Amino acid sequence: MGLELAVSDGQAMDDHAARMQSPLAIRGMTVSYGQKPAIFSVDMTVAPGAMTAIIGPNGAGKSTLLKAALGIIAPLAGQTLVFGQPIRRQRHKIAYVPQRASVDWDFPTRVLDVVMMGLFPQLGLLRRVRAPHRAKALACLARVGMESFASRQIGQLSGGQQQRVFLARALAQEAQLYLLDEPFAGVDAATEKAIINVLKSLRDAGKTVVAVHHDLSTVSEYFDHVFMINTRKIAEGPLAEAFTERTLQETYGGRLAGAQMDQIGRALAAR
Amino acid sequence: MSGSEFVPLSLVPMLIGICVAVACALPGNFLLLRRQALIGDAISHVVLPGIVVAFLITGAATTWPMLLGAAAAAVVAVMAIEAIRRLGRIEPGAAMGVVFTAMFAAGVLLLEQSDTSNVHLDVEHALYGNLESLIWLDATGWHSLADPAALAHLPVELPRMALTLLAEALFVALLWRPLKISTFDERFARTIGIATGPLGLALVVVSAIAAVAAFDAVGSIIVIAMFICPPATARLITNDLGHQVVWSVGFAALAAVLGYVLAGYGPLWLGYHSSVSAAGMIATVSGAMLALAAVFGRHRHRTGDGAAL
Repeated sequence: MGLELAVSDGQAMDDHAARMQSPLAIRGMTVSYGQKPAIFSVDMTVAPGAMTAIIGPNGAGKSTLLKAALGIIAPLAGQTLVFGQPIRRQRHKIAYVPQRASVDWDFPTRVLDVVMMGLFPQLGLLRRVRAPHRAKALACLARVGMESFASRQIGQLSGGQQQRVFLARALAQEAQLYLLDEPFAGVDAATEKAIINVLKSLRDAGKTVVAVHHDLSTVSEYFDHVFMINTRKIAEGPLAEAFTERTLQETYGGRLAGAQMDQIGRALAAR
Repeated sequence: MSGSEFVPLSLVPMLIGICVAVACALPGNFLLLRRQALIGDAISHVVLPGIVVAFLITGAATTWPMLLGAAAAAVVAVMAIEAIRRLGRIEPGAAMGVVFTAMFAAGVLLLEQSDTSNVHLDVEHALYGNLESLIWLDATGWHSLADPAALAHLPVELPRMALTLLAEALFVALLWRPLKISTFDERFARTIGIATGPLGLALVVVSAIAAVAAFDAVGSIIVIAMFICPPATARLITNDLGHQVVWSVGFAALAAVLGYVLAGYGPLWLGYHSSVSAAGMIATVSGAMLALAAVFGRHRHRTGDGAAL
């Protein structure tokens, strides 16, 4: 009895230490749109320096979890710690890339202007934009292969180009933690490759990347950790531990078609 | 036209017209891009019950109680719109439509029931104002602009409107970046620590102040037109927010001057004997400008042609 207690205390201590060191630790996050909970009491402890995919079926609360953690929507309950501290003191360490479709691309502005928005925390209200700021924004555009579009009107961009501009804006923030909401939705293959290369280079530089992801067949190719959710948390951890046939079945219920299961089976085997 | 006629009769109404037009167009740019353009319309309608209630309480048509009443009504309306939008889960346009129609109707009923016949407060005044009556009788020519005695009797609407415009310009200049970022991408704005809720509310309050101050001087027709027409015209000829704001200010001022002159002299040129409402003509001119930009504007194809996708 005494021994058991000691063990579980040790476990709790480890959990606590992991949360305090995690780039993003979420506890008890609960959000409801109307009557039904969108996410219910979700805990998440993101591994530092990893690339984590948040996966789950449509309407499982993947985007909602990120938005609630960032305070974009008000949760019913739940806390977010960023590197062990409340998020409001750590905003400068986070870069968030919303869903491309969540903004009006008809807005009267140019590509470089959008990237410069990532420099707002440095520039503040009135500090003048100088050559180094512009150079930095251009360098971020270059990293996503969009430097020749700098003075282009944003309404003229394709979906893939819009997504790259959003990623460039996140790079301009020089964050420690990158949170992306469906960065591959509706983009061309070349853009998908460009984006994943940038994300991997961020991870290799010691940054942490978390992305809401839809395509199960690319999970093991792109990511090293998964977080599986269907209103409640199903599993979280390194691919080898958490991304299994059992957790997939549990996350997607009976909704995975046979062909899709085969695809995942191959993906799991190739891991 | 000589200064001795122009300065006392036309200069002040024209300047007030310009100030009103620009004061409404400036926040109108952001309201338009946030798809909240109707808020100017809403505010200029809902101030009516506020003004009537203020009159009923104080029993006199004095300026400050009426402005306070109007401001209170605008705040009530903004909260009612938000409440209906959130609780009723209907789109903002419909929520505004419900609130401003209901409050304007209540204002008309109050106006009919109360004994306001002895003061200059009626439905017509609420709509068109009376820009032409804001004359500066103490002026005798251009030199009066340097004459303290004459300046002391300048219609109070002019400095009040000019101050409103100045405060508004400061608001926009100071908060340019947060306004721009949160108008384009509210979610991102929140994650970098911009208080998008209070900022959006501040924009609406600033618009309300402009609408109330303008209503007092020129009625609601001009306010409704100026919140939407100059920014929409400017949007059609440029793809840069900064340029759009500058152009909208130019179009607003141009509409004010052109509208005032056309209202005063246009009918005479056509052989009629009386002039028409300046406020109505200014609004008409701004509408005509928008129509021209819609036909000839450089960026008129920016929506609906699939280019954005």
